[in-house]
Amino acid sequence: MSKILVVAEHLDGKLNSSTARAVSAAAAVKPDNIDVLILADSVDTIATDASKIEGVSKVLTVARSENSHPLAAVLAPQIAKAAAGYSHVFFPSTTFGKDVAPRVAALLGVAQVSDVMTMEAAHTFTRPIYAGNAIITVEAHPDHAVVATIRTASWPAAGSGSQSATIEALSLDVALPTHTRFIKLRQGNSDRPDLQSAGKVVSGGRGVGSKENFDIIYKLADKIGAAVGASRAAVDAGYVPNELQVGQTGKIIAPELYMAIGISGAIQHLTGIKDAGTIVAINKDAEAPIFEIADLGLVGDLFKLIPELEQAL
Amino acid sequence: MKILVGYKRVVDYNVRIQVKPDGSGVVTDGVKLSANPFDDIALEEALRLREKGVAEEVIVVGIGPADLTAHLRNGLAMGANRAIHVVTAEAVQPLTAARVFLKLIEKEQPGLVILGKQAIDDDANQTGQMLAALWDRPQATFAGKVEIADGKATVTREVDAGLEVIEAELPAVITTDLRLNEPRFIKLPDIMKAKSKPIDSIELASLNVEAHDHLKTTHYAAPAKRSKGVMVKDAAELVAALKQKGLL
Ligand SMILES: Cc1cc2nc3c(=O)[nH]c(=O)nc-3n(C[C@H](O)[C@H](O)[C@H](O)COP(=O)(O)OP(=O)(O)OC[C@H]3O[C@@H](n4cnc5c(N)ncnc54)[C@H](O)[C@@H]3O)c2cc1C
Ligand SMILES: Cc1cc2nc3c(=O)[nH]c(=O)nc-3n(C[C@H](O)[C@H](O)[C@H](O)COP(=O)(O)OP(=O)(O)OC[C@H]3O[C@@H](n4cnc5c(N)ncnc54)[C@H](O)[C@@H]3O)c2cc1C
Repeated sequence: MSKILVVAEHLDGKLNSSTARAVSAAAAVKPDNIDVLILADSVDTIATDASKIEGVSKVLTVARSENSHPLAAVLAPQIAKAAAGYSHVFFPSTTFGKDVAPRVAALLGVAQVSDVMTMEAAHTFTRPIYAGNAIITVEAHPDHAVVATIRTASWPAAGSGSQSATIEALSLDVALPTHTRFIKLRQGNSDRPDLQSAGKVVSGGRGVGSKENFDIIYKLADKIGAAVGASRAAVDAGYVPNELQVGQTGKIIAPELYMAIGISGAIQHLTGIKDAGTIVAINKDAEAPIFEIADLGLVGDLFKLIPELEQAL
Repeated sequence: MKILVGYKRVVDYNVRIQVKPDGSGVVTDGVKLSANPFDDIALEEALRLREKGVAEEVIVVGIGPADLTAHLRNGLAMGANRAIHVVTAEAVQPLTAARVFLKLIEKEQPGLVILGKQAIDDDANQTGQMLAALWDRPQATFAGKVEIADGKATVTREVDAGLEVIEAELPAVITTDLRLNEPRFIKLPDIMKAKSKPIDSIELASLNVEAHDHLKTTHYAAPAKRSKGVMVKDAAELVAALKQKGLL
């Protein structure tokens, strides 16, 4: 008899699709209930969106001005309190979930399972270690609540049905700390598709050579309606902002099409794209490791090949 | 103030990990071990804060088997003032590691604790957050920039949406991201000097932490392999192949 609480991720009043992915992971446990918890300053539109996700039994909301930004120290005590009676508490394995979930687990005095890929049983999961070079089967203590983050690339987003779950406001009597304060968020405001959920991604690496040269990547991406990503080397060199990094320490993504351009294919990068549908590699070095996992490889100079590619489109 | 730094030893990031055929673990015999890259960054940040006069003492902490001493010497050679070795033959899970750090905090009263955002062996990404919860202090995870002034840390965090800036009153826990700094190299004379720096050894059992891990790893498997694809000869052929797959 499982009862699962899924903690919703949202930004600027909009529900993040990572929440629906965590819901589909919850559904795989075949629980009696899946409830979604929303902590925000203003919860209305987020709650309405969450109530439409298939499989959700109830949406629980906590509207407090302190919840206007996702500060782990502020959210965790509320989530720990709301978790009473649940067998599982799930978070998406995004920077939001990674930040908050362990804080909740520690308050509950239980272990956390990070980056769940599959559910083998209600307390048995698989997850990657060593940058995805090994997959372990982990058993959590059957008498403890399971706190877990869900590897979003491993789970489809649960659909949006026509039904809507009941929305219920929770009043949690929890004192919140004031020792941590939000100052600002600098977002790469982009009209391009979101890297984490895009169906197509074009990524550039160190081979692109400069910030100016990266325009060639943006142009190709725009032409085929793709999001833009990058290797760590490209981010470190300042060609693109940090939120575009794909890999072990960046975003783990699963687009239908991934194009790696001027990227060598280091293991830490490949970790981020293993679940992509089709991987295309363009690299001037025929020996580059990226070709070992690419479905379609093309050897040559990217500055010559990309214009030719655009022509052929 | 004192800064406590997590300094974990892991399989070097260049090693190609092999899963044992019987699924009982990964091959760790004879493989190169190094400091967790995020912990080198944590130590570097602490050393810079000491060099700026923000901190007086930097202490590296390792939790692990008896032979961890050589690894801790590297942290001392890089510049830490002293090391604490919490000795245990068993690998500890994040909650236990956090409880151990809390015990050390009670004793050392640091103004700042800097850990890696994740260790690249288990990739758990938990210890710092758990420690901050148990300590009831602020956490600033995935730090790309840290400024300390007037009893608080202003930290720029690398998050999915971009860069988030938060302010945390000290004492606090910070976990490092890759772009926080570039760790210095250890120089030979420093290795000699490090020999005289103190390493405190404490048996994990003597700390009275509830060192009872809750997760059981029952099986190790190699990841599913992607099958090798095909090479195309030019851009036109690539576009044709993608169109055929319905991707363009
Ligand atoms: C703890 C840790 C975590 C890490 N996490 C990540 C991560 O999350 N994501 C990540 O990406 N990396 C990560 N890395 C770094 C990773 O190891 C590699 O250093 C990085 O991925 C290399 O990026 P790159 O392929 O762009 O650069 P390089 O390895 O330098 O490759 C550049 C490629 O471009 C090709 N090239 C050059 N010029 C041209 C041209 N004109 N036309 C065509 N091809 C050209 C070259 O042949 C080469 O293959 C991590 C490393 C560590 C230690
Ligand atoms: C040979 C070997 C076998 C293992 N076998 C198992 C196993 O069977 N089951 C299992 O669950 N795990 C096993 N582990 C993993 C081990 O239990 C992990 O160290 C533990 O789960 C902590 O996870 P993490 O280091 O990824 O934590 P994270 O939360 O990712 O670590 C973040 C940071 O916390 C600090 N930190 C964490 N641990 C230490 C430490 N020991 N010393 C100093 N600082 C630390 C560091 O600053 C680190 O950067 C094994 C590890 C090794 C090397």
